[in-house]
Amino acid sequence: MTFPVEDKQGFSVVMLSGEIDLNNSPDARKVILNSLKKLKHVMVDLSNVEYIDSSGVASLVEGFQYARTNNLEFGLIGVSEAAMSVLRLARLDQVFVIYGSLEERLENGD
Amino acid sequence: MECNEQLVAVSFCSRASRLRLLRNVLRDAADLGGLDESQTEAMVLAVNEACMNIIQHAYAMDPDGQIDVSIFHEREALVIQIRDYAATVDTEKIRSRELDDIRPGGLGVHLINSLMDECGFIEAPSDGGNLFQMKIFTREQGEDNDISG
Repeated sequence: MTFPVEDKQGFSVVMLSGEIDLNNSPDARKVILNSLKKLKHVMVDLSNVEYIDSSGVASLVEGFQYARTNNLEFGLIGVSEAAMSVLRLARLDQVFVIYGSLEERLENGD
Repeated sequence: MECNEQLVAVSFCSRASRLRLLRNVLRDAADLGGLDESQTEAMVLAVNEACMNIIQHAYAMDPDGQIDVSIFHEREALVIQIRDYAATVDTEKIRSRELDDIRPGGLGVHLINSLMDECGFIEAPSDGGNLFQMKIFTREQGEDNDISG
């Protein structure tokens, strides 16, 4: 399964959708890391994520860690309630930088 | 434990591609068992995490293992039993990790413990494998199983 990536305003926006689980989280991980390895700042759009499990969350954490190590920006945008619930349980809502939208990030600047 | 009624029993092979199928069954069973939306998603996530652990650890990603999930309706709760046929686990080694330790893996146990009212391994079957049981009380009986934490 391939998740689309859109280049917008200097960011690679990874569009995750549907149910992110052990079956397709490796694909999510791959697309996130591929973008980061191109030295792109990455935002992961979770607005259309209906379900995410710990393997999906792990993909986000890997992206976060890779970005931090390589001085790249990594954030989440449009996090669905389903995804936010899991992030809160894992207390990762306090770790990831989360925006309502890419526009919000752009308005906030650096 | 007295189980009043078995709602459903499913068996599937230990492949990640089967988890979505399981989740759909769980959602329908939860509806039948009277869980609300938040409780349903809590139960679905917890059972999914438990089955993921079986696939990844008990069967070490061997796609030909068998996983049995049974859901029982008690008067005050739904009880989910998950059976695998892998080597008996050392339950002492299964722990939730510190959430301050930010790393990709190891969240499954924490999620299960957080989402379910009761959970744990019960007596291993005589023919081997492991039997894990979770319980979620209906809203009137139990603590708030709100998945938002």
